[in-house]
Amino acid sequence: MNKTINLTLKIWRQKDRSDKGRFETTPARDISTDMSFLEMLDVVNERLTLEGREPIAFEHDCREGICGSCGTMVNGRAHGPLKGTSLCQLHMRHFKDGDTLTIEPWRARAFPVIKDLVVDRSAYDRIIQAGGYVSVNTGSAPEANTLPVPPELAEKAMDAAACIGCGACVAACPNASAMLFVSAKISQLALLPQGRPEADRRALAMVRAMDACGFGNCSNHRECENACPKEISIANIARLNREFLHAGFISHET
Amino acid sequence: MNWLTAALGSSVGKKLMMALTGLAFIGFLAAHLAGNLLMIAGREAFNGYAERLQSLGPILQLFRAGLIGFALVHILTGLYLFLQNRKARPVRYEKDTSAGGRTISSRTMPYTGLLILAFVVFHLFHFTWTDKGARTIFDLVAAAFNQPWAVLLYAAAMIVVALHVRHGFWSAFQSVGASHPKTMPAVMALSWTAGGLVAFGFGLLPFFMLIRY
Repeated sequence: MNKTINLTLKIWRQKDRSDKGRFETTPARDISTDMSFLEMLDVVNERLTLEGREPIAFEHDCREGICGSCGTMVNGRAHGPLKGTSLCQLHMRHFKDGDTLTIEPWRARAFPVIKDLVVDRSAYDRIIQAGGYVSVNTGSAPEANTLPVPPELAEKAMDAAACIGCGACVAACPNASAMLFVSAKISQLALLPQGRPEADRRALAMVRAMDACGFGNCSNHRECENACPKEISIANIARLNREFLHAGFISHET
Repeated sequence: MNWLTAALGSSVGKKLMMALTGLAFIGFLAAHLAGNLLMIAGREAFNGYAERLQSLGPILQLFRAGLIGFALVHILTGLYLFLQNRKARPVRYEKDTSAGGRTISSRTMPYTGLLILAFVVFHLFHFTWTDKGARTIFDLVAAAFNQPWAVLLYAAAMIVVALHVRHGFWSAFQSVGASHPKTMPAVMALSWTAGGLVAFGFGLLPFFMLIRY
């Protein structure tokens, strides 16, 4: 069965960084409910192009929910209304015929809008550059039992490593705080023996980089874990706090 | 001591200060409530408690100074965080829908905090920094709560405090890194209990005094 719906998009248009930007209303006609949200935007863009108008700029890459490129606010929800789903994996069957969708870019001082729905997320890169790595030569794969890791810890580290850095946590946070992202990146390394030697230095450096980027502070609203397409838990934020407080008050790191 | 200011000045450090001072205030509220509930036991019991408290002298003054210091840290840090958080999103969303995290109490923390500050100042002028004359503290309180407006004001204030405590209590555990999926349900239940005790414990006392005296 091929069902189609018609929608009205109230969508943010902004020429460049310096443009003030405004909402534009445009129809999305004959949208198959089997389409993803991004495919719906493709259809609208094809029409806009044929009409000689500027297509809507939005970020996307894998369209499989694993790269972290896509993401906008849909009716005030990061990645739309579905839990644990990135925008590219959100299908149009979750919308009703005649719906009006308000589509906005992530809003945060640390994520300035570049064009339409595309924001500059290089603040995340600066945080990773500050310490989101292990500075040892990895060489070839070691023998599997050289470094024993309990399965529960491996699972927790993998859960944290599921973060795709899409920015939804910042977008959904009433304070535009990046704590969930930073906590996932700190946790995935802090939980494993390979990450322990630099854990203190990493926690201090990444939190400082985060603060310098102009993100807000965590108020424990828990919007982030509810908006995260990978359902990263705020248990990671508690771990970040432990790691940072240990590093800041007890460790020899300054 | 550079490391100390750096750690406390960071976003996580500021939250630590909010958490520790906040937990201290919850401890204060517990003691305050235990003392106030003696009003149910009657004039002698409550006045006796007040006298013993006053007889602590320098220890009481030390606690007072501590509370004022904690209040300054909590209020100033809170205001700074509030302004910083507002600045972090210069352009608001046209449509802002909750994904299921926010609660009334989490959203209103800065505002309930400021209302509590206003209430505490009023409360101190009402019962502490006032000319008691020949009256005992019990008579002063009984007379004050003979006026329905005071009863309603205090009851409303206690709802505000309960909202602040409900989010603040579990939030403090999260901010010091003490929360964990294993303990979270218990901490959440405790924060509801703490909020409920504040609302009903403190909130019903003015009604009791109005009806009984």
